[in-house]
Amino acid sequence: MTVLYVVLALAVVALVALALVRARRRTGATATAPAEPLPEVLVAEATAIPTLGAPGLTERLSASRGVFERVRGLGAGRLDEDQLALVEEVLVRSDVGLATTGEVVARLRADGAPEGVALAVRDMLLAGFDTERAPREAAEPGRVPVWLVVGVNGVGKTTSIAKLAQRFIDQGKSVLLAAGDTFRAAAADQLEAWATRTGSEIVRAAEGADPGSVVHDAIGRARARGVDIVLADTAGRRPNSANLLDELAKVRRVADREPGQVVETLLVLDATTGQNALSQAREFLAAAAVTGIVLTKLDGTARGGVVVAIERELAIPVKFVGVGEGVHDLVPFDPEAFVDSLLGA
Amino acid sequence: MFDALSERLERISDSLRSRGRLSERDLDEALSEVRTALLEADVEFSVVRAFLEAVRARLAGAALSQSLTPGQQVIKAVHDQLIEILGAAPLKVTYASRPPTVVLLAGLQGAGKTTAAAKLALWFKQQGRQPYLVGADLQRPAAVEQLRVLAAQVGVDVFSEPTDPVEVARAGLAAARRLGRDVVIVDTAGRLSVDAALMDEVRRVADVVEPHYTFLVIDAATGQDAVVTARAFHDALELTGLVVTKLDYDARGGAVLSARGVVGRPVVFASSGEKLADFDLFYPERMASRILGMGDVMTLIEQAERAMDAEVVAESAGRMVTGTFTLDDFLAQLAQVRKMGSLGGLMRLMPGVTREMRQAASNVDEREIDRVEAIVRSMTPAERRDPAIIDGSRRTRIAKGSATTVAQVNQLLRQFSEMRKMMRQMGSGGAPALPPGMGKLAAAVKARGAEGLAGLPAGLGAAPARPAPPLGPRGKKKKGGRVTPPKQR
Repeated sequence: MTVLYVVLALAVVALVALALVRARRRTGATATAPAEPLPEVLVAEATAIPTLGAPGLTERLSASRGVFERVRGLGAGRLDEDQLALVEEVLVRSDVGLATTGEVVARLRADGAPEGVALAVRDMLLAGFDTERAPREAAEPGRVPVWLVVGVNGVGKTTSIAKLAQRFIDQGKSVLLAAGDTFRAAAADQLEAWATRTGSEIVRAAEGADPGSVVHDAIGRARARGVDIVLADTAGRRPNSANLLDELAKVRRVADREPGQVVETLLVLDATTGQNALSQAREFLAAAAVTGIVLTKLDGTARGGVVVAIERELAIPVKFVGVGEGVHDLVPFDPEAFVDSLLGA
Repeated sequence: MFDALSERLERISDSLRSRGRLSERDLDEALSEVRTALLEADVEFSVVRAFLEAVRARLAGAALSQSLTPGQQVIKAVHDQLIEILGAAPLKVTYASRPPTVVLLAGLQGAGKTTAAAKLALWFKQQGRQPYLVGADLQRPAAVEQLRVLAAQVGVDVFSEPTDPVEVARAGLAAARRLGRDVVIVDTAGRLSVDAALMDEVRRVADVVEPHYTFLVIDAATGQDAVVTARAFHDALELTGLVVTKLDYDARGGAVLSARGVVGRPVVFASSGEKLADFDLFYPERMASRILGMGDVMTLIEQAERAMDAEVVAESAGRMVTGTFTLDDFLAQLAQVRKMGSLGGLMRLMPGVTREMRQAASNVDEREIDRVEAIVRSMTPAERRDPAIIDGSRRTRIAKGSATTVAQVNQLLRQFSEMRKMMRQMGSGGAPALPPGMGKLAAAVKARGAEGLAGLPAGLGAAPARPAPPLGPRGKKKKGGRVTPPKQR
């Protein structure tokens, strides 16, 4: 039925396009029409656009920075609606999401906070982080452990791989990087620069090559040379494209075939991302059996609270967090420190 | 994008539509739904609060309109406020009287600056300009290399050297002058707003090139932080506007509202895909309509114009109205439509498509379409011309050839024959079977100029408008179509 509708839609669109093309021909606006005379710069016009209609937004934004302090200042006992609203604001501002926020507020409303609000909220959030999060580094005997790194565009996959490589090298292990992002321009060059800097080996192929074959070659090479672990990069992909997710599933299957074994599939999430991160996690979990999360860019102003919702809903543990540009700026995830920073401590 | 928001608002409007009067409590309830929708869409907390106050003020201040139901009034107020935040018309990009016009791109890591730079270069080229790219991202390994590869794809030169960003910017601008390029696009490294040294560096780059346009490139999926980032960059650089990227990622995109709301600068460009051509001016009114689930006909038509091969379409469209549409035409058209983008995405742009249909469309996997294609391709030319000759044994063969089942082949054939019937009706001017959105599409074409309609077969042009859904801003939308600047080539 849907297909039928789409085709009808297409039919009309086609007719419309046809009509427009004919119209253009008739009016003589040919393809080679010269650009109209150039007006002067009118940037001033742009700067004159008013800000949001409601007054006082700027002041309120500045005031919002104090919200975190005010919540921490709340005392023990029952909370009134204003105080609950404050808690809600803090959690929403940390990107925790409405579902979790609603739960926390409802429980505070019902139970109060005998030992102080900040502590009660902290405990509730920490209770969600109960998944096992120690990274798995060992494969079955005779197989090469592979960490597959996945995620959407621009979250920091390649940089995270470099940091993971450095981590293993610091532990005295040998690392081989598989440049499985054969789609983005110069992605392999970027990874190669990191390989050089960290002292890892790299297997790469031409742009547009099959990522599965790159990973396959990397595993073969790692086995031949007795490398301890393979870190496989993948192309960034939209979470809502079946084709791209299929391709990823295929890469994963290839990597998991003897002699390779995928022991971790890490989803890289950008801490500045909002609730979309939840759908990213859902899609990548289904397509590539994600086993852990690397939360990047936590050194900025974003708090990355959406991982609370992800761990509660999908039970995918955060394993590492990226806290800077340096190759050593990747640390194991510490729930307590994270929750404290969510609450602005 | 914005699906969640538009769906929720649709639900609210359903519940309010049934009421005769809007009480204070109804209003609170409706606004609380709007609030939830906005927060779920990642619109920043303060922006949401200000938005709701503004909507409330609109409703309180405006005289109660006799012609609108209370529900419509809420929706209209939300729509108008969205337009006010997003800005009514797309920003007019103008050029420096003494070229080159300098564009500076800045933003966080991973926002999509380098890709946006190449897309922007292509856009300027399509406007008849001679853009020049300056790669001043010396931070990320291979960033300049990425820019070079992308620039080569769009046929634009890149300047960069391994010195320092300020020096590259200075030398790049000088090179552009020497070469007589009239637009210079400077790509900078991604930086966190809290990194004082890097923020200072980008400021110095700006001082050197004195950009006419300074754009913050921002990821549409950004959460509450959008506001903090936008403000920090605005404070440092005096932004001219925003370039929103990755608009194809999903339903939300509240970052557009947040950043726009707090910085007070317009969203100038929207980027929505992996292809370098997926980039265009941002049309606020269309976006507002899309948020509210009214479809976006103009974008649909423009995508069609851009992606479709007019000759192929003309040929099969002619047969469509004469009722001699064959499965070959069907294949050709399917290929054309698929060039326009994902079906889910196209569906979102179609007006009059119900929530259920939209959901169905985004769930239709492209594989289902692949299967349909496979079935048709497994037919002989004779069968494609005249599906009536397909008997039982032919069906079995086709099913085998396309790795499908006979039932699936039957289904396709049945649908195709229904489709042909509808087309014939359309062609003969009856058009009773026209799906809801179609009448409106035709109307939008009319709005765009009667000239265009001359080429339309009578049957379609005369399609009876369906009973107009009682939404206020409908008339405006057509106007929105008319102001669209004609494309230059």
